Amino acid sequence: MSTTPDVKTREEAHWAQPVSKLKVSDVPAGAINLNVEGRQVVGPLQGFGQLWQKTYRVRLSGSKAAPTDVIKTWKENFPKFWPAGNKFYAPLTGIKPGEVAVLNLSMPGGMPLSTGMLVLYADDESFTLMTPQGHMESGWITFSAYEEDGAAVAQVQSIARANDPMYEIGFMLFAHKVQEDFWHHTLRSLAAHFGVEGQVQMFKTCVDSRWQWSQVKNIWHNAAIRTALGMPGQLVGNIFRRQKDGG
Amino acid sequence: MSQAKATMSVRKANDAASVVDIHGEVTAAAENALMDAYTQASTAGARAIILNFGGLEYMNSSGIGLLVTLLIRVNRQKQRLLACGLSEHYRQIFELTRLNEAIGIYGTEAEALAAVG
Repeated sequence: MSTTPDVKTREEAHWAQPVSKLKVSDVPAGAINLNVEGRQVVGPLQGFGQLWQKTYRVRLSGSKAAPTDVIKTWKENFPKFWPAGNKFYAPLTGIKPGEVAVLNLSMPGGMPLSTGMLVLYADDESFTLMTPQGHMESGWITFSAYEEDGAAVAQVQSIARANDPMYEIGFMLFAHKVQEDFWHHTLRSLAAHFGVEGQVQMFKTCVDSRWQWSQVKNIWHNAAIRTALGMPGQLVGNIFRRQKDGG
Repeated sequence: MSQAKATMSVRKANDAASVVDIHGEVTAAAENALMDAYTQASTAGARAIILNFGGLEYMNSSGIGLLVTLLIRVNRQKQRLLACGLSEHYRQIFELTRLNEAIGIYGTEAEALAAVG
């Protein structure tokens, strides 16, 4: 009798399985785990604000790293390249399709924001994270690398819109700049890891300038508001857990 | 960037709809081919664009991103975007990415054409 080997197709291996609601596992102590469990993912069509496509690139001139080396390193050290004060709690299994990560971000003024991301897609040369309800943006962001004129180029490309009117106001006032600085910093740090002082190029296009008024209701899930409201309870819970573990 | 591994051909199905037959791999490298096909389909005066994925070999997340930008262009021109011939896997990906909420998905080209009316 012959057995069928468990061989996944490219599609099955690289894409997340369909999920109706996100489930978080393995959150380390100290992480604020709010606004992820039970949330649905949202794409560029579900948000409220203007739809932006932003592309950031850094050329790793002088490095012998192949695109696959760049992506392997990026996956393994993803939060290490972020600006200080922002945490990405990757699942123990790493950045793999279908895994859910918890993000603790530092907002202007020091306010924390807890949200998450679904690993929508991952292969050897790219990976894509998709946002849940309540995240600042509705959409996805792809991290990729490719070879051009003998050097690897690392790229971040997002296609997303602000999830609700409050976030849209934030983006109009300051958050576009904060976000762009964030990914410039990340790509410079990645380049530095490969021994390159990288110059980051950015291209951005407003793909759809309209506000989607049908999505105003998204504010109900706003993670900034919910983190502020949920933090006291989370802190008390952490204290009790620590006392219980210590006793 | 990698070489395009997708080919797109456009045919006019009727006065209202044009079909874009997609073959090969839809990745970021397919952007020009897809947008050129859309321009050609629109020039023919189509009110509806049907993407026929019957010849699709593979699509990555950048390919799905291309469909978002195409959808916005289609909506801006007050046209409709429909899809047919998707495998079960890519039907699920359209649901996961929630593109199915804006792109009508049909099993066959005939069903898509019937939906255009």
